[in-house]
Amino acid sequence: MSRTGKDHKQLDGFQRMLLLLVICMVMLLGYIIWSTPGNKPVLTDAVAQMQEQSGVESPVTAVLLNFRGYDTLLEVMVLLLAVIGTWSLTEAFFPEQVSEISPVQMGVVRLLAPVMCLVAAYLVWQGSHLAGGAFQGGAIFGAAGVLMLVTELPGLRTIPVPPLRLGLVLGPLLFTGIALFCLFITGDLLGYPEGAGGWLILLIETGCAVSIGLTLASLFAGGRPDNEFQGKNSPVSRTVSGDRS
Amino acid sequence: MITTLIYSLTGLILFGMGFFTLIIHSHPLRKILAVNVMSTGVFLILVATAYIPLGEGEIDPVPHAMVLTGIVVSVSVTALALILACRIQETSNSSLPGKRQQGEVPEESIR
Repeated sequence: MSRTGKDHKQLDGFQRMLLLLVICMVMLLGYIIWSTPGNKPVLTDAVAQMQEQSGVESPVTAVLLNFRGYDTLLEVMVLLLAVIGTWSLTEAFFPEQVSEISPVQMGVVRLLAPVMCLVAAYLVWQGSHLAGGAFQGGAIFGAAGVLMLVTELPGLRTIPVPPLRLGLVLGPLLFTGIALFCLFITGDLLGYPEGAGGWLILLIETGCAVSIGLTLASLFAGGRPDNEFQGKNSPVSRTVSGDRS
Repeated sequence: MITTLIYSLTGLILFGMGFFTLIIHSHPLRKILAVNVMSTGVFLILVATAYIPLGEGEIDPVPHAMVLTGIVVSVSVTALALILACRIQETSNSSLPGKRQQGEVPEESIR
């Protein structure tokens, strides 16, 4: 049922029927939302009761890394899998001949990139008592990487791959390691020992923030670093980076 | 209550729009964009449900934690999907359904 570019405003019979069905579905779901009884903070009370034991003051962080830590562990693994998938599909393309970077752009990057890394570190630290944490910090760290990627810094071509790989798996490894450590100490996977929850969570968050930041930047680069194998850039990777710009 | 309802219904409409586009269009880029719009709608509904009106001074942390991880996961899934779509386009001999001249694709996707 693909439409051609010409008849953008026209919908045929099938599409009209589909539109009707989707509208019906939205209305039904809207009625369900409407008729749901007002916010009953069932889990809020449960979280508030256990807050003392979690080792952190922020309820969101407590849920993320303590009460639902297993969930977050798997989500970090999903991020790692995305990078592995991307790297196995294409090579990142960096232009051979880097044009002169304008001094204004260079100045902005010089100014912003360190500040962004600092803000990312602060957000991770802040996660223990206010809004913040590994995901927010990692996103800003990743944005710093994207900023450097779009500036096409010549140094990015020669980034050594082993440290990059180590950084990518740092979070998942640390998380899994601590989970197994807890399994041996307390008998529960991710059941932090009494009183040690706070700094274990901070340790996990730091590792995960580094990994998430590098993951997002690597995904933006759109492939494995091309100095890994000494092959030439394939046309595929050229297209990928061309589509993105 | 009314605030929650407005945000929830907006999220629901976003979800519906994304779902319709997902079925109607056959171009992979549009499908990826549609799934993104759908997921944004779901996140909006979840965040709106987490809001507890006046007096409590707190939010329901469980949906917030789910949305937080969900956003990052959806970004990475989008990246992987885009690269897969590019790879399919490169390696398949026949052009994809709905594929047009290369220059037109970005304009199409904006509309």
